[in-house]
Amino acid sequence: MEEKKDITEDTKTYLFDKPANVKGLLGFFFCLLILLIILDFFIHKHGYFGWENWPGFFAAFGFVACVMVISIAKLLRVFAKRDERYYD
Amino acid sequence: MINHLLNTGFPPGLVFIIGALFIPLLKGRVKSAFMLMLPVLAFIGLTRVSVGTHWVVKFLDYNLVFGQVDRLSIPFGYIFILISFIAVIFAMHVKDDIQHVSGFIYAGSALGVTFAGDLFTLYIFWEFMAIASTFLILARKTKESHSAAFRYIMVHVVGGLLLLAGIILYIKDTGSMTITHMTLGTPATWLIFMGIAVNAAIPPLHPWLKDAYPEATVTGAVFLSAFTTKSAVYIMARTFAGTELLIWLGAFMTVIPVFYAEIENDVRRVLGYSLINQVGFMMCGVGIGTQLAINGTVSHAFCHILYKALLFMSVGSVLYVTGKIKCTDIGGLYRTMPMTCIFCLVGAMSISAFPLFSGFVSKSMIISAAGHGHMAIIWLMLQFASAGVIAHAGIKVPYFTFFGHDSGIRAKEPPLNMLIAMGIAAFLCIFLAVCPQYLYSILPYPVDYVPYTGAHVVGQLQLLLFGVLAFYMFLKSGYYPSEVRAINLDLDWFYRKPMRAVDYVFAKVLNGLNSAADQVIVKDFTGAVNRFAVEPVLNLTCFVLAPFVKSGDNTDSDLTGRQAIASAFRTGTTPVGIYSACACLFIVVLYIFL
Repeated sequence: MEEKKDITEDTKTYLFDKPANVKGLLGFFFCLLILLIILDFFIHKHGYFGWENWPGFFAAFGFVACVMVISIAKLLRVFAKRDERYYD
Repeated sequence: MINHLLNTGFPPGLVFIIGALFIPLLKGRVKSAFMLMLPVLAFIGLTRVSVGTHWVVKFLDYNLVFGQVDRLSIPFGYIFILISFIAVIFAMHVKDDIQHVSGFIYAGSALGVTFAGDLFTLYIFWEFMAIASTFLILARKTKESHSAAFRYIMVHVVGGLLLLAGIILYIKDTGSMTITHMTLGTPATWLIFMGIAVNAAIPPLHPWLKDAYPEATVTGAVFLSAFTTKSAVYIMARTFAGTELLIWLGAFMTVIPVFYAEIENDVRRVLGYSLINQVGFMMCGVGIGTQLAINGTVSHAFCHILYKALLFMSVGSVLYVTGKIKCTDIGGLYRTMPMTCIFCLVGAMSISAFPLFSGFVSKSMIISAAGHGHMAIIWLMLQFASAGVIAHAGIKVPYFTFFGHDSGIRAKEPPLNMLIAMGIAAFLCIFLAVCPQYLYSILPYPVDYVPYTGAHVVGQLQLLLFGVLAFYMFLKSGYYPSEVRAINLDLDWFYRKPMRAVDYVFAKVLNGLNSAADQVIVKDFTGAVNRFAVEPVLNLTCFVLAPFVKSGDNTDSDLTGRQAIASAFRTGTTPVGIYSACACLFIVVLYIFL
């Protein structure tokens, strides 16, 4: 393993240290989201289930599903969290 | 003979296993070249053999089949050899021969399982896999890895015994050793099912995976992630395809680990839970059993081995270079490890099934198969799990490792061989998606599935990017569960905590028995016997001789006669005359009484 420099010696500014870059990335991301919603009305859908054809179904599903995953995970942590040395 | 071998092919598994034995005899560049050559040789051996039943060996009354070569086993054979090649490049710098030998025996045994045509051969290679993989965990040489390896081998011994019991009962029931499709119902088939389920990490038999894989070596984890679970998927596809129970087990298997992965601190443990989630998709596909589903399972296994290895390699590189692997300790590493970061992102996008990455052309076949079969609840569960994948693997892994809070670490990129291995895997993840026809051509059944339809691309991008939006909003608002130093209780609690109690009870009871026995038998009883042997003789001698004895040449005559005799007994300095007098007395007594 090579010698590790740490932050005290490192004065370089990196890509996402600049707020402008972070803003640019987020802007690009939100544009993509809007584009996907718009595209939704132009594509030809033929899903197996009726609900697949609703406009914006997958967008809503993805959003709600992730919210649920993170929320339930937080709840799981309440019950399951133990100290690192629990089994020792 | 070479011609003959080139015409009939040769078992790739044996190439690995026999080749592994030569590794410790070689050194330096020769060793590296040899290790790289083994997968190439194995590949040649596999490509030269035609579809059919080959490499049959007669054993007692049965035929052992080492070459069940057909459209189901061939793709697994190819991917196992390919990933061995990549993993060998990744592990090229490792000086520990045991890791190399174990890795090859492990990979070779997985190939043996893949091409086994009969249950006996299957079982032998199955157990070889368990033993060889344990060494990859032991090789880390830490206290945690030792106990994890112990638990790992115990679980796999139990799994192996279940499988063996099932095999024996099955042979008794049917008289046949051939691996063929089975229907769940008899004790034999249930036992075989459970034995395979242990290796596939089907909940509730899953904790060994999340327990042991994070404790393996950096390079060992890459081997581990590829073989045990996927060979179990293969055997399940051969024996229990179309079993309805598997559809439900698989669906739950995709959902449950997602929550654990989301709150886990050790990044390799997050990947372990992610592995269980992905194998769940494969199990579900096996359960559905239609041609589309089996195609989906095989292609997903193929792609998953590559992108999971890529993720383990990139995260393992971080561990290698920084010595740290917990979310609490790392972060902000994109600054000095941009290549590793990009490779990790490729792996993350592949596992999330982004269009133009390998997961998109494989996982979606399984979900489509669920749709075809009008399995609404299953379809919803699988889609839910897919969104969950984005949360815990697609974003969490790269974000908390390479972005997120700046840990201050400015480590360099890992050695070149590790970067090359990651590069190959990343290239394949993208190539397989851009040109899916190559992957589709080796699948068991003809493929008329078209992944790149407008609806599918837009739908999938919506699912993924709006999931990212949810993640972003949680992070920005501060509601995202923060990185904490903690573990989470899973079902392994049941054999870990009670084991400590059992251990404690055993220690107290057995050590207590030991001390008690020591006290009673060694000290008290033996002492008593000793005293019994000496005292009467001493008393008799004293009675007879005490008045006449002086304490040798000592001028100090404070010792009484008794004390003098006792000290003489103790030190063994009794004058010879006393011994002979005792002996004569003894003979006289004997003569009188006998």
